[in-house]
Amino acid sequence: MYFDFGTPLALAIIGIGFMAVMFGMQKLLAPRNPYQRKLTPYECGEPPTGKAWINFNVRFYLIALIFVVFEVEVAFLYPVAVVYMDWIRRGQRLYVLTEILIFLGILLVGLIYVWVKHDLEWLKKVPE
Amino acid sequence: MQKLVDNLIASGAFGAHPPRDIIYAIAIFVFSLIVFLGIAFPFAGVVSWVERRVWARMQSRCGPNRVGPNGFLQWLADGLKHVCKEDLIPAESDETLFKMAPYLVILAFTLPWAVMPFSSDLILADLNVGILYMTSVTALTVVGVLMAGWASNDKWSLIGGIRSAAQIVSYEIPAGLSIFPVVLMTGTLSMQGIIKAQGWAPWTWFVFANPFTFIAANVLYISALAEGNRTPFDLPEAESELVAGFATEYSGMRYLFFFAAEWGNLFIIGAIITTLFLGGWQVPAVSSNPVVMNVLQLICFNVKVLFLVFVSMWVRGTLPRVRIDQLMSLCWKYLVPISFVDMVGTAVWMAIWPEGNWIAPWILMALFSAVIIVFLGRVLHYFRRSRMELYLSPTI
Repeated sequence: MYFDFGTPLALAIIGIGFMAVMFGMQKLLAPRNPYQRKLTPYECGEPPTGKAWINFNVRFYLIALIFVVFEVEVAFLYPVAVVYMDWIRRGQRLYVLTEILIFLGILLVGLIYVWVKHDLEWLKKVPE
Repeated sequence: MQKLVDNLIASGAFGAHPPRDIIYAIAIFVFSLIVFLGIAFPFAGVVSWVERRVWARMQSRCGPNRVGPNGFLQWLADGLKHVCKEDLIPAESDETLFKMAPYLVILAFTLPWAVMPFSSDLILADLNVGILYMTSVTALTVVGVLMAGWASNDKWSLIGGIRSAAQIVSYEIPAGLSIFPVVLMTGTLSMQGIIKAQGWAPWTWFVFANPFTFIAANVLYISALAEGNRTPFDLPEAESELVAGFATEYSGMRYLFFFAAEWGNLFIIGAIITTLFLGGWQVPAVSSNPVVMNVLQLICFNVKVLFLVFVSMWVRGTLPRVRIDQLMSLCWKYLVPISFVDMVGTAVWMAIWPEGNWIAPWILMALFSAVIIVFLGRVLHYFRRSRMELYLSPTI
């Protein structure tokens, strides 16, 4: 266990350390000549108008909400998927299959609801 | 790699009472350093050159061919150029987040190498949650990209970052669901366990195990391309529309790290699909020498992965970019329902044939080879025709 789960930590340290070394090299080698015009945000050569920290399209929030529902479901399904083979070997196949189908059915109702409400369409039609 | 270290300790290489924890810690660092500096980062560099050469050939151009033999050292030259470039941080940006974003993206690229199954013994750590770990750490990219887009305080970056977040989180669902058919069939999440459940021959690979896994493999590849921001799904950094997307304000090393991670992720995409569906490192047992076997397995695994990497370059050289509404409807209206059906279908298939159906792989392989033969026939036809046109009117 110690060996197995130490490896991601070691890789993370190596990755970040490598980046730190490269940034240090850049500090040594690269020129530094910032002035105000250079540090303005790029807007195709025009002087920028206003900030970019604005409210953006609400559709992205909808996508994020639907994502949360399904990602949680995916996380719940991993343990079921791992033990599924054992249950089949024990001869309980109909029982376990029905349970999985009920769980997926409830989620599918959610997807169908969102679909019927036109929330999956990018260009949503406003009801008259 | 733990087995190797344990064998060394047992053979008495470190004395009679070795400090096991310290030896482990040193071994972990040395092996991780070898994998990161020896494989992961050079791959990300070399593949950038390979990709440009491949596109050039596909579009009848030369591509980079000046630095080194056939331009092979182009990636080192690019790296050197980026080191020598000024590091600009826009005055009105959120400086902490702006500096942090490349670290997250690089972490998402570095961490998956811990469970990369190169051969039966060459794997840094065979975690018992391997594939779950893989999907969860690669998802870190979205945080980095969104952070980069927001912190830059630039409209192009914001649009790129938000688009990218929406795209990556959406395609996570079909990718996650497409893994389930394999997990259902093996009952394990460990990378080595999944590979060991398959054989060296194509008819024992999971891609041909039943019709549902075949579709799941394709869905997984499409969603992996979208998660890796590859054409036809490269909306986040669409050059012709968004300048450089979320990376507009980045320059020098920070810019380089974003793109090194993107190119390096190609290997990870290929490795996930090879492990899950294409039999991983499995080779026929031709030798009893473990060293020979491991070398053969290493070659086999890398050939499969590099072929998938080549396919993604091919797709990038061929297809135009999709629109964002097409992108979202492809994910939610096609791929998600299809991957649901895949999962339920595999579960039902296993309930009917718990030990697998022996005829299905052959039918699927026959169908697949028929498609390949027809496709190659078309390719040959167009090759001949374009040659003839060139001969008839050399000015085009």
